Amino acid sequence: MKTLVYVEHEGGQIKDATLAAVTAASKLGEVHALVAGSNVGAVAEAATKIAGIGKVHVADGAHLDHGLAENVAPVAAKLMEGHDAFVAPATTTGKNIAPRVAALLDVMQISEILSVEDENTFTRPIYAGNAIATVRSNDAKKVLTVRGTAFEKAAREGGSGSVEQVDAGSDAGNSSFVGIDASESERPELTSAKIIVSGGRAFGSSEQFHALLDPLADKLGAGVGASRAAVDAGYAPNDYQVGQTGKIVAPEVYIAIGISGAIQHLAGMKDSKVIVAINKDEEAPIFQVADIGLVGDLFKIVPELTEKL
Amino acid sequence: MKVLVAVKRVIDYNVKPRVKMDGSGVDLTNVKMSMNPFDEIAVEEAIRLKEKGVATEIVVVSIGPAKAQETLRTALAMGADRAILVSTDEEVEPLGVAKILAKIAGEESPELIILGKQAIDDDNNATGQMLAALLGWPQGTFASKVEPSSGEVSVTREVDGGLETDKLKLPAVITTDLRLNEPRYASLPNIMKAKSKPLATKTPDEIGVDIGRRLEVLKVTEPAKRQAGDKVGSVDDLIGKLKTLGVVA
Repeated sequence: MKTLVYVEHEGGQIKDATLAAVTAASKLGEVHALVAGSNVGAVAEAATKIAGIGKVHVADGAHLDHGLAENVAPVAAKLMEGHDAFVAPATTTGKNIAPRVAALLDVMQISEILSVEDENTFTRPIYAGNAIATVRSNDAKKVLTVRGTAFEKAAREGGSGSVEQVDAGSDAGNSSFVGIDASESERPELTSAKIIVSGGRAFGSSEQFHALLDPLADKLGAGVGASRAAVDAGYAPNDYQVGQTGKIVAPEVYIAIGISGAIQHLAGMKDSKVIVAINKDEEAPIFQVADIGLVGDLFKIVPELTEKL
Repeated sequence: MKVLVAVKRVIDYNVKPRVKMDGSGVDLTNVKMSMNPFDEIAVEEAIRLKEKGVATEIVVVSIGPAKAQETLRTALAMGADRAILVSTDEEVEPLGVAKILAKIAGEESPELIILGKQAIDDDNNATGQMLAALLGWPQGTFASKVEPSSGEVSVTREVDGGLETDKLKLPAVITTDLRLNEPRYASLPNIMKAKSKPLATKTPDEIGVDIGRRLEVLKVTEPAKRQAGDKVGSVDDLIGKLKTLGVVA
């Protein structure tokens, strides 16, 4: 089976989520990659070095910048004439593009796979991860998105793939990128952070959320996450949200502070290696999944923890 | 402009799903069902566009069992104008749903189609994108802000790195994210009024779409359960535990 992995990149860097997609694809067969965008020579070069990638297809064109699905999907669909599976990371970029590719190919996407059982059979979470479905695809070609926490990341070095320029298609002319309001942060990205400190509505305000959590995160070199309630309340930006429909994370340590543990939140973090919960309500569901729990007032506990670490 | 909104009847957001003993799926007998929360946001957004004088008519569509009528009535009570139920007892995959919606879009000629970004039961996050592909329309997925102006719509999207803004030419497909709006509750008078709003019923056959499944569900299992660990009594004990686990030096 010949696979085509969508390489997600930004600022000339290949995103970590792509590396997990490469690992998933390698379980299906030969791994090819698609790098789309303008002036992506360096990205293509970096992609050839990823262990396991045989060939890198490069589609070069300004209309392919910012991963505009309207323009990228037809290029991918065309390349799929010579491939059997399209594999994208289950990031917002991958989730935007892959279903569009699937519909163009008239196949049903298999979303957020957790494992490859055989070349037609995969497992994937449903109902916020409260159930795992084993599904077999009857489509001749497959379109998959890959949950980054479920697969090891392929090594960025060690590969020796070749580069091939392909038809970049044309601008569909019906969508354009205006801009991105990027949340600036020196901290590690949530999906690749080793430690995450995450806050809930109990912080009470954006000021207190940051005044208490930021120093703790800095001390631990941790990423900062949030529950949906905290994001809805405006304490943290949208890309901090951990959960069923936000980011799925599995760090070495996840410290949930003032988060009760709704099933939608647990869906995003319950595969963390060690879960620490700090909450004033000892009945909070978060304690049912926590390895270490501490019942008490976060406004006292968090500063003390930051100081003593 | 005419706005088409798609809604799905799913397990209620607050219910903890239970896997059936025989591994055939999730047990939905006697479980509270509601409108998919993201679809509620889609309905709300359409209504707000109508209140602003941008939308002229809101047509709400659901593909599902006869009981999905209740979901459509909820949308009508919130403020949609009329409803179409595509009635089937089969579980229709996003590809099949997208094909049905594409056909309906062909008949109804909306300028905007709004859908939830994902259904909280099968968690696919695919229907809107597939629909846009089938229609050859642009897509604004995971929207937290939607601002139509003459012939186009500006969509702010919740992406991994922050908030991205794209401009799409109409007609377009939008999928909603959580921060787009807070859906209203239908008032009792509006619930009564909704009972007399038009609701048409069709079948996938009548529409001419093959909804045969492409994915076969071989089994559904419960995920590995985490065991609750220990509670500690103080910050010092917590740090001690973290040290034992090698988490902090």
